[in-house]
Amino acid sequence: MTAFLEMANVSKVFSAGIIRRQHTVAVDDVTMTIDEQSPSILAVAGESGSGKTTLARLLLGVIPPSSGEVIYRGQSVDDLSREQRRTYLREIQPIFQDPFESYNPFYKVDHVLTVPAQKFQLAATKQETTRLIHEALDMVGLQPAETLGRFPHQLSGGQRQRVMVARAMLLRPRLIVADEPVSMVDASLRATILESIRRMKQELGISVVYITHDLTTAYQIADNILVMYKGSVVEAGSVEQVIRDPKHPYTQLLVSSIPQPDPSLPWGADGEIAGDPESMEVAATGCKFVDRCPVAFEPCAGQRPLLFHEHLSRAAACFQYDKSPALEGQNLDLVFEPQLTSQAAGGSEGPAAN
Amino acid sequence: MNDGAVLSVKDLRVYYDTDAGTVKAVDGVSFELRPGERLGLVGESGSGKSTMALALMRLHKPPARIAGGEVLLDGVGDVMKLDDDGLRRIRLDRLALVPQGAMNSLNPVMRIRDQLADGIRTHEPGDTRDDLAERIQAQLSRVGLDSEVGGKFPHELSGGMKQRVAIAIGTSLSPSVIIADEPTSALDVVVQRQVMETLRSVQEELGASVLIVGHDMGLMAQIADRMGVMYAGKLVELAPVHDLFTNPQHPYTRLLIESVPTLMAKRALASIPGAPPTLINVPPGCPFHPRCPSAFEPCDSEVPLPTAQNGRVVSCHLYPGEAA
Repeated sequence: MTAFLEMANVSKVFSAGIIRRQHTVAVDDVTMTIDEQSPSILAVAGESGSGKTTLARLLLGVIPPSSGEVIYRGQSVDDLSREQRRTYLREIQPIFQDPFESYNPFYKVDHVLTVPAQKFQLAATKQETTRLIHEALDMVGLQPAETLGRFPHQLSGGQRQRVMVARAMLLRPRLIVADEPVSMVDASLRATILESIRRMKQELGISVVYITHDLTTAYQIADNILVMYKGSVVEAGSVEQVIRDPKHPYTQLLVSSIPQPDPSLPWGADGEIAGDPESMEVAATGCKFVDRCPVAFEPCAGQRPLLFHEHLSRAAACFQYDKSPALEGQNLDLVFEPQLTSQAAGGSEGPAAN
Repeated sequence: MNDGAVLSVKDLRVYYDTDAGTVKAVDGVSFELRPGERLGLVGESGSGKSTMALALMRLHKPPARIAGGEVLLDGVGDVMKLDDDGLRRIRLDRLALVPQGAMNSLNPVMRIRDQLADGIRTHEPGDTRDDLAERIQAQLSRVGLDSEVGGKFPHELSGGMKQRVAIAIGTSLSPSVIIADEPTSALDVVVQRQVMETLRSVQEELGASVLIVGHDMGLMAQIADRMGVMYAGKLVELAPVHDLFTNPQHPYTRLLIESVPTLMAKRALASIPGAPPTLINVPPGCPFHPRCPSAFEPCDSEVPLPTAQNGRVVSCHLYPGEAA
């Protein structure tokens, strides 16, 4: 196993206010590894304010962690040389939510493809660049002839987002961080984009961190998932475990709140769960979910639960599972399911601790 | 077919005149809203669903214009023919809007209670100060908000609370028809369910009918009694929600349902080939025919007319039948 990108006890605290300084813990002590030899799709799920986008920005190196380290190929992202940083920026590519804002309306869409190709010197000749661009567009199911030479407003939202996926792919990254890539795309086109993300993993061996509020699409394309609530990982593991059989009361709430496209299925769990997460403050001690939790008991208000290793491929930060051992080093790699490719490559089974 | 309709839309057409040509955003849509029902209307962006929702109250903005059709409101007559004064009188009072993204529809510099009072005072000026305060209080608690919310400004509220305020304002005069335009599209799942449950309980309490416009098939399956599907400015199918999901008739409806990922089973995600047409240049015949796997000979030349069968209406050449 080669650690491509590691988060070692990474936290991010935002502070605001001059007189009464307020601190918001956007990401609270996350440890995990993105492996290079066994590409996987990791979903990071949560509602607004959960810290999922902050996690993405930390991975992309856009913001530095407040504590802990983001480690790229064995070296802290802070200490990268100019040359190394350049490679880092190529090897980790973002895809953003809004396919409108990612474009400059005055340039043709070709611009977002040719500029990175030149900047990162992907090809020696112009013909070679064109070939690479056509290849990337093919991969996302776009016809180069119908796409290139147009202005952003001449493409549909789904097409624009697919060009963005092609742009990310063009740079042959090792990791793509996609922040809500389909939330502004129509249902009939959403599948195409998700499918091209899945193909990136399968055909090009690119790992993907898929940031989303939508557990359904996470279930469909991801191998593993971590669920965040107010900056903390509340549950993590394989999607089969976490989404099909959620253990943390918050994950259970999220899953039961998804309206299923089948009128005969129920919507919501029994009993109304009160509380509007956006307007609730986090208790300084205790579980962050305690005020909304239907099963809260004595220990919950007193101290913050660790992630307990409840199942081979799942950990939940809830005192209901404190009979299980605490997840060693709170390292999420231990519950993420290894990918078949790592076995095929003769790698050791199981996600080794870094 | 149903005399008891609260709102009856007949062959409604809303066009935009642009330099590039006429955009037929709503092109001959007919349906009825029955008393007390929740009618869902889905469509992708550019299908004309929001334009139609706003046009029902004549809240569409130029260059959109009503190019034809009627909207008969029970006891009022054709909304499309009302003068400004008549229109002012029925809006909010009989026909109310719960807008999309309440964050942008509330006045940022007005306290919530004043925004609620505004509509009540305009339509029913007789109330005393105390009566008004009481009504506002009742209205807030009806949507599950504390009375102290009345003294706050919109920026002090969360997205879910703002959307509840929008429901409180929209239902403050007990309208018979509520038009909810993507009422929860910007909210997280948990809050979305809370807000939808609120809308449902208020609507049931008032006995009002509601037209919910949206794009989330899952949400519609859970909230609507009947559901309509729009494509390229046309209503292609309208059916009781259970029938629509278990036995969709129009190929577009079927593909749309198949493209929705579920938690039931992992499967290859289906998508509909091609892209929705721009409404300036709608394909001849059935607008869906270039993307339709079942297209056959008449589809590219003849526009399919809506046909009615077993309480459902479908516009597709696969289902020749009685004209609706």
